[in-house]
Amino acid sequence: MANKGKTIKVLLSRGDNSNSALKEYEVPAKESQTVLDVVTWIQRNLEPDLSYRFACRVGMCGSCAMTVNGKPRWTCRTHVSKVMDGDTITIEPLRNMPIIKDLACDLNEFFEKWTKAKGHFVPTKTRDDSVQIISPKEKSRREANAGIECINCGVCYASCDVVENDASYLGPAALNRAWTLVNDVRDGGRIERLKAVTGDGGCQSCHSQQGCTTYCPNTLNPTRSIAGLKKAAAIATLKGEM
Amino acid sequence: MIKTHRNQPLWYAYILHRVSGIALALFLPAHFYILSLALNEPESLDSMLHWAEQPIVKFAEFGLVFLLAVHLFGGLRLLALEFLPWKPGQKTFAAVAVAIAFFVALAFLLRAI
Repeated sequence: MANKGKTIKVLLSRGDNSNSALKEYEVPAKESQTVLDVVTWIQRNLEPDLSYRFACRVGMCGSCAMTVNGKPRWTCRTHVSKVMDGDTITIEPLRNMPIIKDLACDLNEFFEKWTKAKGHFVPTKTRDDSVQIISPKEKSRREANAGIECINCGVCYASCDVVENDASYLGPAALNRAWTLVNDVRDGGRIERLKAVTGDGGCQSCHSQQGCTTYCPNTLNPTRSIAGLKKAAAIATLKGEM
Repeated sequence: MIKTHRNQPLWYAYILHRVSGIALALFLPAHFYILSLALNEPESLDSMLHWAEQPIVKFAEFGLVFLLAVHLFGGLRLLALEFLPWKPGQKTFAAVAVAIAFFVALAFLLRAI
């Protein structure tokens, strides 16, 4: 083992919203070690009261996102060796969210904005109707498919400067969700949804900085979705639909 | 200080568009004021134009033309992003906008000197 006896210096954020500070730890270096492995090692060996979230450890659940060396990342699939800054790694909670404690953020507002963006499917058929046949080759379905793999990790929300500066801004994840539904031909809430994502805090607030697209761990493109919403809202307005 | 998460090309394209827009908004009132001198104070305008012949002012004008061009081509990039079908290679488009603006400004400078 090349890493035997080696350690890495970890600066970890401890505390809550009113009082948080970086604390230094030495953690044994391991091969193929992820940032989540590091946090878990600290909790199990040094700080039993360290608060953080994780569940699946394989990039499915979206609960372990943190700020690693200044950039938002999913920690379970981020290898320490790829993000080390010299011999140091700095781990902080996600930006743009209140800190509950240590690395655990309050995601309530993040998910409330999904509701505000009308991120729920509005059915147009009943259980008595036959199943609607949707070709995966249809343009609208391809647009929707491009955005549906979101795991709600909050990385895009944490990387967005508009979210930081405008409390009402719905954020890339909620708008991306709205865009997938706008493209769902089975959905009946298109115009209401376009109204919900237009105006104060809506898609037009996006400055196309594309931090969301840069950092999305699932390589989704929320900027593209938001641009699609802007265009769809403009066309609907010109047609007098909203 | 530029925060680490902002250290990506399209954030720089954004800030360049913002700063160039603000700089042009500050420049335009002065520009119109000086043009208006032609109506009431032609002597003042002449002395201003004479002053503007200095090399340092010509170089400042190069910067001004760059800001104008980069705001124009950056704005076209943003309009294309929002209203045309999405194209991959957004970083390349931003780089091309800056490159064209630089050549436009350089062409202006070469004519001016």
